[in-house]
Amino acid sequence: MSRVSLALLGALAVLVVLVAIAFSVGRYPIAAGDLATLLWAKLTGAGHGLDSTVETVILKIRGPRVLAAILIGAALSAAGAAYQNMFRNPLVSPDILGVSAGAAVGAVLGIFLSLNVIMIQSLAFAFGLGAVGLVYITANAVRGHDPLLVLVLAGVVVGSLLGASVALMKYLADPYNQLPAITFWLLGSLASANPEDVRSTLPLMLVGLVPMWLLRWRINLLSLDDEEARALGVETGRIRLTVIAAATLMTSAAVAISGVIGWIGLVIPHFARLLVGPDFSRLLPTSVLLGAAFLLGVDTLARTVARIEIPLGVLTAFVGTPLFLWQLATARRGWQ
Amino acid sequence: MKLEARHLDFGYRDRRVGSDVSLSVEAGQVLCLLGPNGSGKTTLFKTLLGLLPPQAGQVLIDGTDVRQKMRDEVARQVSYVPQAHAAFFPFTVREVVLMGRTAHLGVFSSPSRRDHEAAMAAIDRMQLGHLAESIYTRISGGERQLTLIARALAQEAALIVMDEPTANLDFGNQVRVLQHIQSLEASGIGVLLSTHDPDQAFLCADRVAMLHEGRLACLGAPQAIITAENLQRIYGVEVAVAKVELGSAGRHDVCVPLISRPQAPGAGD
Repeated sequence: MSRVSLALLGALAVLVVLVAIAFSVGRYPIAAGDLATLLWAKLTGAGHGLDSTVETVILKIRGPRVLAAILIGAALSAAGAAYQNMFRNPLVSPDILGVSAGAAVGAVLGIFLSLNVIMIQSLAFAFGLGAVGLVYITANAVRGHDPLLVLVLAGVVVGSLLGASVALMKYLADPYNQLPAITFWLLGSLASANPEDVRSTLPLMLVGLVPMWLLRWRINLLSLDDEEARALGVETGRIRLTVIAAATLMTSAAVAISGVIGWIGLVIPHFARLLVGPDFSRLLPTSVLLGAAFLLGVDTLARTVARIEIPLGVLTAFVGTPLFLWQLATARRGWQ
Repeated sequence: MKLEARHLDFGYRDRRVGSDVSLSVEAGQVLCLLGPNGSGKTTLFKTLLGLLPPQAGQVLIDGTDVRQKMRDEVARQVSYVPQAHAAFFPFTVREVVLMGRTAHLGVFSSPSRRDHEAAMAAIDRMQLGHLAESIYTRISGGERQLTLIARALAQEAALIVMDEPTANLDFGNQVRVLQHIQSLEASGIGVLLSTHDPDQAFLCADRVAMLHEGRLACLGAPQAIITAENLQRIYGVEVAVAKVELGSAGRHDVCVPLISRPQAPGAGD
């Protein structure tokens, strides 16, 4: 069996095990046997004879949260993998063009104006898209430089402006009701994930993932020098725009329901590249599986290791940093 | 297949690099471009490939303006070998060469078995078979240059534009690249290359063009163009062009820079 299929199967196996663990552990532990019985009953339509609490915990509480973790982990790492190829830099994350900063402004504004959850999510989504749109339009207006460099610079500049807006709203927010909610959102959490969240984000993520998969060969060529890629027959401007749109759609859909979760989009694609090499047709599925497994694992830790929920953004950094440093120390293959 | 520049002014947005350049290359010909550093060779090549818009004049591929063509259409007719560079991600040599097939693929397609075969054939032709699974970023500069030529071959264009294909190569690899250029010509492919070594133009070119301060100083057969006067005018150094009798290998023209060597102290004692 090739190294690639081994890596994919391994990642899939890890994901399946983590799904089983995620359903079992928690404040209301569920035996693996009960989980299998319920699954079998749901598939065949037969009765299961289990306590109704078990069914509620599995289907209504843990199910959506597990699915959301899988979707968001997959989306963030897919977007990160595409961006790292495109910006020819393994240190790039999906945030580079300001999607998270934009989504943060939207969500914080929603909390600041005391809007309901749906409105907060919608604002986060819209501001995430808007921020990247602004960055893209600004970068396109500046001509005569390396287009990628201008994009990154515009992203940094717009990002810091959005960061200042978030800081201003935090400063003005009601310190007893709004500020904790804002802080909680900015640190990322899946505690409130519900079936509606999954239903609304799944199509958006598929809409983003499909063009990435279809363009997988050309995304490889985006990692070459811009002129070289065009000489090889790639309309780099169009492909780049498509990839940015797809990655932004996926990331803002994810950030809208989970808040800002760092590290995944940076570390997971890097790790996947070490396993299967830089070819995007292998990198994308590996990143998707590893990202899903990583966030599911971290989210399970977040809700089980302590009395209170640990914010995801904090935990991904705590888990991600040593992983990343270990990668740096042990291998340089993914880099040059 | 003919690539033609007509009264071309070229350069970057706010800076003109060259003007009024007219030249053409056809399939099965080798045209060698000589010119000092900064004379605009690379900029001219990029303009000919349609990667930079001309400031005036036209670039025509078989009579059609290059700006009216899609990138993949141009790439199927003219391929480009940039100066060997460092890549950003550790693709294998095989994957890099396979990228040459992109112009033959639909936007949403990945390389098919036929594309893999074409890439392997190009790798074999450049005698890189033993490196096919090596990481492109870890092979030597000479091997990278040969890989980029293999990629251009896999592109199956009738014309290859090579930007200083022998720069940074050791003597043996320079000769190998020149041999490959000759064999490309023999198989009916046209080559437009730039070089810093006029001797290489003698060895492989049908015609030579000299670019001086952004203008085409002269264009013609190697023996007519590579003369002591022209070299002195363009490079500003004294050069003699001599004929060397090599017996069975025939006569060759070579350029010898005239450097007056200071006498070593104590020499002749």
